[in-house]
Amino acid sequence: MAETLLFNALREAIDEEMGRDSTVFVLGEDVGHYGGSYKVTKDLYKKYGDLRVLDTPIAENSFTGMAVGAAMTGLRPIIEGMNMGFLLLAFNQIANNAGMLRYTSGGNYKIPMVIRGPGGVGRQLGAEHSQRLEAYFQAVPGLKIVACSTPYNAKGLLKSAIRDNNPVLFFEHVLLYNLKEDLPDHEYLVPLDKAEVVRRGKDVTILTYSRMRHHVTQAVKGLEKKGLDPEVIDLISLKPLDFETIGASIRKTHRVIVVEECMRTGGIGAEIIASINDRFFDELDAPVLRLSSQDIPTPYNGRLESLTIVQPRQIEEAVEKMVGLKV
Amino acid sequence: MAQERTLPVFQASASAIRQEEGLMLYEDMVLGRFFEDKCAEMYYRGKMFGFVHLYNGQEAVSTGVIKAMRSDDFVCSTYRDHVHALSAGVPAKHVMAELFGKETGCSRGRGGSMHLFSAEHNLLGGFAFIGEGIPVALGAAFQSKYRREAMKDASADQVTACFFGDGTTNNGQFFECLNMAALWNLPILFVVENNKWAIGMAHERATSQPEIYRKASVFGMPGVEVDGMDVMAVRAAAQTAVERARAGEGPTLIECLTYRFRGHSLADPDELRSKDEKEEWLARDPLKRFEAYLLEQNLASEADLKAIRDKIQAEVDESVTFAEQSPEPDAAELYRYIFAED
Ligand SMILES: Cc1ncc(C[n+]2csc(CCOP(=O)(O)OP(=O)(O)O)c2C)c(N)n1
Ligand SMILES: [Mg+2]
Repeated sequence: MAETLLFNALREAIDEEMGRDSTVFVLGEDVGHYGGSYKVTKDLYKKYGDLRVLDTPIAENSFTGMAVGAAMTGLRPIIEGMNMGFLLLAFNQIANNAGMLRYTSGGNYKIPMVIRGPGGVGRQLGAEHSQRLEAYFQAVPGLKIVACSTPYNAKGLLKSAIRDNNPVLFFEHVLLYNLKEDLPDHEYLVPLDKAEVVRRGKDVTILTYSRMRHHVTQAVKGLEKKGLDPEVIDLISLKPLDFETIGASIRKTHRVIVVEECMRTGGIGAEIIASINDRFFDELDAPVLRLSSQDIPTPYNGRLESLTIVQPRQIEEAVEKMVGLKV
Repeated sequence: MAQERTLPVFQASASAIRQEEGLMLYEDMVLGRFFEDKCAEMYYRGKMFGFVHLYNGQEAVSTGVIKAMRSDDFVCSTYRDHVHALSAGVPAKHVMAELFGKETGCSRGRGGSMHLFSAEHNLLGGFAFIGEGIPVALGAAFQSKYRREAMKDASADQVTACFFGDGTTNNGQFFECLNMAALWNLPILFVVENNKWAIGMAHERATSQPEIYRKASVFGMPGVEVDGMDVMAVRAAAQTAVERARAGEGPTLIECLTYRFRGHSLADPDELRSKDEKEEWLARDPLKRFEAYLLEQNLASEADLKAIRDKIQAEVDESVTFAEQSPEPDAAELYRYIFAED
């Protein structure tokens, strides 16, 4: 066991996969000599050379399309979005070519690529650097969308994403890179399509992902003191959703709260609620509740920013209200 | 009608061709022309749908470039892709079946006219959005370099040809990819088919420097201007560029001056282009011109050429029969091909 920071867990995943498969390469802005904006690829160019850790010009749409072409012809690119928000400039290549080309080609090509990088609301980074693109991309067919939340799952998920034969959007969170955890010395993979049951409980199912998992964990401490027993599920896979794990939990608790960092309108929670209504409506004792970010550009001011995203206190209150402790 | 650019004169004798080569080029151009004529017929008979962009008039470009490449090289097209696919070796029946939306189509009926693909023939697509194929082509070219240099595969000397129109050269992906191709010295040909129009937008109304080949120079890349109605001229330019790319000497931009003989798509009434302009370019029909050359040089007789035309007409007719008789995709497979099946 070795205590590992999350950004280093990601780095280890990339290093191990590049070591075992020479078709795996990294590309993006400042991934090489600079080592990546969050040091995820630090010094890898020294080991693998400039071609396998390719510093690209600032041309998101084109280098993303280039990765699609490389993937179609047998390589396994890992794109680092310096900040995931910049990939708005690559929306066309991600949606049309990474997402849909396998289908429109009638299975002629597969596109094994990973698009990873920091997303989410950081600390006063301003609206453009605080985006949650998972909500924008969830409607694109053919993409897998994954969000990591701990050093352990970050490493295992990234390795699986690199080995997957489909395009995977892999969301990290700017505020989680320095989380620490003991990681196994042996190699391990974490499946892309399985939600993680973070805490078993019976009163209510809390569905969350990425940094909000940690807000939920904080809220749970308070809830435990009040004698409540929530079940916490980290979705991990935002697309496709793991309805097996979600369904099993709902059949036990009959109550669901979604805690997300994306905005409310058209968010991941919106999709989850619709799907739960489709699949598990009869199991529900109460309408599914969602706690989301406000529908506004994330403000710079720290006080306004904290009002924009969901805080642990709000999660506690929502759970108490839902299980009837508070009316 | 805007002032016509003077077409560069190509001295064919400088690279005289052998008979079988000449007939091969002729056959490929005839295939392109007859196939597209058949598409128009089938479209108006309600056999194919959507936006169908025909290639009539531009055949010398597809044939001149692709037939100067190896079968393991890569070809990347646009929405005007039928003839590039044919030159790349995709059988006419598989292209026609795709246009009919059939399971036997090269994209299994999921793609349609603007999304032709064939991994078997290294056809990277069929791209319906302007410019989006250029980065994909760049990726295939990068892959060749990567295999050769990072994976030490000496046999990885494949070249990629990327086709697009004049209008597309005003899109950022064009400039971004020229930069990266030159920066990394990638084995790629950027083939601009300058047919003077982007739907209804005249080229000189859309760009500050209408001579597209000149845009290569700022990237330190050779840019050549070619008479795109002369298959020999295009072939000679392509051969030089392919040779350079294969030798690791990097990309080339080839601007082919050409013209489309039909509207932008079969849905376009084609009312903007002047009669004079159309007639001037029709007089340069690349097929008629090459026919005359072959006869003049005694590389073929009238009978030889007719035999080729008859053979190709039969092939195109058969492609329709094949497409008509082919099954529709199975409704149970609606969700197939979203993800790789491993
Ligand atoms: C991103 C995008 N914008 C607009 C269109 C609509 N469109 C299709 S073809 C075309 C003109 C392209 O002209 P050019 O590049 O010269 O190619 P040509 O059609 O002449 O072969 C336009 C605007 C599109 N397909 N994609
Ligand atoms: Mg044009």
